[in-house]
Amino acid sequence: MLKIDNLSATVDGKAILNGISLEVPNGEIHAIMGPNGSGKSTLSYVLAGRDGYEVTGGSATFNGQDLLAMEPEGRAAAGLFLAFQYPVELPGVGNANFLRTALNSIRKNRGEPELDAMQFLKVARARMAALSMPEDMLKRGVNVGFSGGEKKRNEVLQMALLQPKLAILDETDSGLDIDALKIVADGVNAQRGENFSALVITHYQRLLDYIVPDRVHVLVKGRIVKSGGPEVALELEKDGYASVQEAA
Amino acid sequence: MNAVSGAARFSHRFEGLRERLPGARLPWLTALRDGAAATFATLGFPTRRAEAWKYTDLAPIGDAGFDEPLTLLEGSVALPPAGAARAVFVDGRFRADLATLDGLAFSARSLAGALDEVEGPLGALAQPARDAMAALNTMLFEDGLLIDVQDGVDGGVLELLSVATASERPQAFHPRHLIRLGRGASLTIIETAMGTAGAAYLHNPVFEIGLEEDARLTHGRLQQESRAGFHLSTIYARVAGGAVYDNFTLNAGARLVRNEIHVALTGPKGACHMNGAQLIGDGQHADTATVLDHAAPDCASRQTYKTVLAGRARGVFQGRIHVHQAAQRTDGYQMNQALLLSEDAEMDSKPQLEIYADDVKCSHGATVGALDADQMFYLRARGIPEPAAKAMLVEAFLIEAVEQLPEGLLRERLTDAIAGWWQGQEAAA
Ligand SMILES: Nc1ncnc2c1ncn2[C@@H]1O[C@H](COP(=O)(O)OP(=O)(O)OP(=O)(O)O)[C@@H](O)[C@H]1O
Ligand SMILES: [Mg+2]
Repeated sequence: MLKIDNLSATVDGKAILNGISLEVPNGEIHAIMGPNGSGKSTLSYVLAGRDGYEVTGGSATFNGQDLLAMEPEGRAAAGLFLAFQYPVELPGVGNANFLRTALNSIRKNRGEPELDAMQFLKVARARMAALSMPEDMLKRGVNVGFSGGEKKRNEVLQMALLQPKLAILDETDSGLDIDALKIVADGVNAQRGENFSALVITHYQRLLDYIVPDRVHVLVKGRIVKSGGPEVALELEKDGYASVQEAA
Repeated sequence: MNAVSGAARFSHRFEGLRERLPGARLPWLTALRDGAAATFATLGFPTRRAEAWKYTDLAPIGDAGFDEPLTLLEGSVALPPAGAARAVFVDGRFRADLATLDGLAFSARSLAGALDEVEGPLGALAQPARDAMAALNTMLFEDGLLIDVQDGVDGGVLELLSVATASERPQAFHPRHLIRLGRGASLTIIETAMGTAGAAYLHNPVFEIGLEEDARLTHGRLQQESRAGFHLSTIYARVAGGAVYDNFTLNAGARLVRNEIHVALTGPKGACHMNGAQLIGDGQHADTATVLDHAAPDCASRQTYKTVLAGRARGVFQGRIHVHQAAQRTDGYQMNQALLLSEDAEMDSKPQLEIYADDVKCSHGATVGALDADQMFYLRARGIPEPAAKAMLVEAFLIEAVEQLPEGLLRERLTDAIAGWWQGQEAAA
């Protein structure tokens, strides 16, 4: 599914990613943990195609396609989804209009018919109910005035609607209350299957109790310093980053 | 050729037409025209040395060499479908054959045919002595719409359509529109100004609008002139106590447009809304200038202008609010925002507040910015292609101004015009 090979990137001339190699096979969920500023969000932005990052070496392929050569919308159309650590507010853009435009853009690319307003509403309502989101969030501006947790739920709603092949969840658990955490985890687990993979960025072992990862990677100073099974997260929870930081 | 000799050409034109202009046999009107002609001969076109014209250069108008059409065009013209009762002007002349004004609850007629009834009202609000464009209009106007809505009458919706045709020599027309709403009367005017693609002409309308106590006029203006056309409009509105003048102007067409709106709130609890959107592309220049006089207590004014600029477009907004000493408890608000879609576009804005009353709430703001990169990325990361993402953000930028209009025909027309403008930009890109 996703294959990152020796990827390096700079921001404003500053090296942030220093040779990351990582492979997420079909159907697997991998977690990335690491101290603040280690480059987790940078990795997710580089994969999603945000401007301002210069890839200075290495490669990233998505189902065999050269991910780094594609426009952001092309990556989304190919099945990549990034749940933002800090979802962006879009004043004046209605959430329903935004979600429907996004969904129809993706559907068009898949060769599926576009949904009209009524059809969309039906699908969206069902997904929102599953995420315990009040329906009036459709009427509001995208993320405008949403609480931290509501923004994160709105990200998960987008994931549920767009049905990506690979979801990168950048601290989607931060700011969620305990019930919301379970709801969001259920949302991710519901997607699990042969054709869904995820890269879950988190600071908290607790999320990984609900979304049990196949592998856990530890990112320090733009490099993966340790990889292993779910037990890696438990060790970090106990000992902190001190031991792995020495390794980096 | 410079603007001065361009102005001289209009003066010369007036000399030749003087005896043949409508109302030439009415002494009061001839005196009015002669006075305006004298003023115009002295003032000429405003130059950028004048503070109010600092950002807009009218030299191209002087250079173009316009003629006033002498004959009434009789031929058929392609008109957009009507959505309500409609008055149609072709090259500045009222076309009775194209109008659908029967059965209205108020009177709407050609001004040229009713000049002997308008001594006094004509020229009561316009200020040709001070304002060169009003002087130009006063000396050369040939027709216009005369609207009178009696006390308490709801006039519904009236469309005022101006169509310019292509002609060998660039034409100039200077319609004069006189609008009066009696006490408690109401009316919505949807004005559309358009022209044959590529036609070069000057459309120089002047409006004199008098609203009596508790009257309400919604005046929507969709300026979609030919991209080679010039549009200079001047509105003078006097708003009595409790009355409301609601102006929404879309500037999407013309090579050069200047909209000047003078509103005087002359009685207590009057209100004025001046909102608008300027959507301009490569080579276009759009200037909105509002002059608002708060002359009575307890009045409210709201202005929200949004300008979107693409290519080498140039936008201007100047908003003057004068709060007179008597205008206690004035509530004034002015917001002017510009979105630059290209690095070659330029926006100038100048708010000007003069406040002489002490108990006043007056706020204003201005912003100029580009599309937000984070917002663009967020949309594109959701699979929305770049052009569609841009369109969504432009629409979001405009919505605050558009939302000032109630749902209905005017709002529909406006949203269609915005969509049309955007498609034009895409096609050009
Ligand atoms: N535009 C920028 N200019 C300079 N430095 C930047 C820029 N963007 C990010 N950085 C730096 O890159 C480093 C990695 O940031 P990143 O957001 O990827 O960290 P992170 O691992 O996601 O941290 P957190 O756990 O706090 O979310 C940080 O030191 C950050 O300050
Ligand atoms: Mg981060």
